[in-house]
Amino acid sequence: MKRNSPVLTTALLLLLLITAGCGQKISGKPSNTITVWHWMTDRDPAFQELAKRYEARTGVRVNFELYAPSDAYSQKVRAAAQGNNLPDIFGLLGEKRDFASFIKAGHILDLTPYMQDSGGAWQKRFFAKALAVNEFSSDNAYGITPGIYGVPVDIMTIQMLYNKDLFRKLGINPDRPPATFAEFLEIGRKIKDNNMQGLVSGWGEIWMIDCLANDYAFNIMGKDKILDTIRGKVPYTDPDWVRVFTLFKQMQDSGALASGIVTMVNKNAEQLFANERAVFAFNGSWCLNVYKEMNPNLNYAPMLPPKASDKFPMSIWGGAGSSFIVNARSKNKEGAVKFLEWLTDRDQQVYLAEATDNLPSNKDSLSNIAPIMAEFANDMEITTHPNTWGISEYPQVIEAFDKGIQSIIIGEKTPEQVAAQVEMVKEREMAR
Amino acid sequence: MRIKPAFENYLFVLPAAAIFAVFYIIPFIWVFQLGLYSWDGILPTKAFVGLSNFKEIILQDKIWWGAMLNAGYITLIALTFQNALAFLLAWACDREIRMKNFYRLIFFIPPVLSEIVVGLVWQWILDGNYGLLNNWLGQLGLSNLVRNWLSDPNTALTTVAIVHCWKGFGWGFLIFLAGLQTIPREFYEAARVDGANAWVCFRKVTMPLMVPVVVLVAILTILGTMQGFVLIIAMTDGGPAYHTQVPVLRILAAMRGSSRFGYACAQSITFGAILMTISFIQYRFSRYARQA
Repeated sequence: MKRNSPVLTTALLLLLLITAGCGQKISGKPSNTITVWHWMTDRDPAFQELAKRYEARTGVRVNFELYAPSDAYSQKVRAAAQGNNLPDIFGLLGEKRDFASFIKAGHILDLTPYMQDSGGAWQKRFFAKALAVNEFSSDNAYGITPGIYGVPVDIMTIQMLYNKDLFRKLGINPDRPPATFAEFLEIGRKIKDNNMQGLVSGWGEIWMIDCLANDYAFNIMGKDKILDTIRGKVPYTDPDWVRVFTLFKQMQDSGALASGIVTMVNKNAEQLFANERAVFAFNGSWCLNVYKEMNPNLNYAPMLPPKASDKFPMSIWGGAGSSFIVNARSKNKEGAVKFLEWLTDRDQQVYLAEATDNLPSNKDSLSNIAPIMAEFANDMEITTHPNTWGISEYPQVIEAFDKGIQSIIIGEKTPEQVAAQVEMVKEREMAR
Repeated sequence: MRIKPAFENYLFVLPAAAIFAVFYIIPFIWVFQLGLYSWDGILPTKAFVGLSNFKEIILQDKIWWGAMLNAGYITLIALTFQNALAFLLAWACDREIRMKNFYRLIFFIPPVLSEIVVGLVWQWILDGNYGLLNNWLGQLGLSNLVRNWLSDPNTALTTVAIVHCWKGFGWGFLIFLAGLQTIPREFYEAARVDGANAWVCFRKVTMPLMVPVVVLVAILTILGTMQGFVLIIAMTDGGPAYHTQVPVLRILAAMRGSSRFGYACAQSITFGAILMTISFIQYRFSRYARQA
């Protein structure tokens, strides 16, 4: 027995080492430190500075922990949720369906009472569209108690941009961007004739295709018909949807799209546009910061996607850019709410906008931002976002839709074939 | 008296067995178990669906089988082109040539580079608009060959496969070289005394003795290539459309894009079973080949 002791001890120690860390965090008293997880590499220095200011003001330490890229961040948040190890404040990337699952699992604090306190002073600070992304209305299809579950830190819009200098080279008035789809296609032909590149965008990361397709779906058939399609009442083979798909074929045929756009990542698209190698870009308002760093002399302006129909107004994707949510199980949740209230106050929002070139979520901060930023922010009223619709399309349908558009652009399928294929996936998912 | 040494032996094996169980066996069982549920990876409740996830993969998921075919195509190119190149270079470096150590070092550089970096660099080289390759082709008067290598559905998968081979041939080279160096030189000398020329030496001495190494490299190539995805993420992210989708990208899409954790687990198990079957067949075939 004596001879066995060291072996036994080693084996036991090893087992202890293996099983160490498998336990759950035990909550205790509130601490004086608030932990925030985020993925926003470009905003991290500004967040760190604000954390210092908050500590100097209140004595509460705020630890901003950056986990990038966003895919890795999302995985970390999911893993932490499964292990009940989420921090006091975190951001959630994904669809409204995922947001709802986190709420149902008890990970997210309902912020409605805090927002509506003192006559709703906190709630009134924000753009309504930005708040809507974090809100569940009474008729939401997810079964979530109506309320506000997140705090928008900044806002974004996804728009078209055009290079004014390249417009001049093409002999087009740089102060008059195309207003109709026919005008846009005409410019596409000029681009092709001049051996230039047209629209660049991160359509290799397929969600940006979805943005433009939805803009045109709003313009061609309006919101109600889109929602009816998601509900399964209107098929994707409807002529209006076929028309949406056809627009991509027309763009490709005219030369309005840059070559290789179907596998282009947004970083490359941004480089091409910033280096004046593409006439148009389709990008989010975060691009302001990117273009400024890549080419401070870039002469460009935002424009709405040229309308394809007069039936309904054009809408663009937008709303909350990034939002923070409070861990409902955190022992520091009250402190976390107070910090977010401070973070979204006017002075902090102006600082964030100046330091990061992102649009502030606080309406009162707009008067202090650069004119080009204000141009983006001015279109906030016509924005829409799937996370505000109260119902979500099946991810498999979205994938079939976006990949189908890629197939149209590469000339592999017709709009009708893609419409039929998307409808087939939709029917399969509804029957499941 | 017999029980005590046996107990001691088991005790020595216990740490390794525990580590293997905790990190391999238990996760495998767990993943299989999750494959029987419909679960989004967040909610505390899961719905038991039996084998329906597996049934859907096998009978309905055409994109999954398309991805399997794409991975099979890349693997076929790796098994032939990549391994032939690796063998040829290893055979050349095994001979008395000048600067052979320098070549060994050069050939082993691509495998040690980060896959994501290699993917991004090749994406830049192959860019249809401003890529180096098209630029060179233009300067050489081969403008008719200029194309969007990664966005063209006719070239995307083959281009990705060639980059994969460039990145991976160094591993095969190293293993082949080690194998060649274990063949006693006396065998070659004896063969030459018997009048064998270089080709006969290669066919009658090198090849039979290299069969186990070739099988090992082939198994590693199949397993490594079928599971590859990082290069593809960096270069095409599975596009255009589904032309460069591979099984691991589909598993990621189910897990992250669709929040179907249960389905993704079932895909992982199915994929693992397919790879195990291929490896087993190949192992049996190699035993047969050695005996023959």
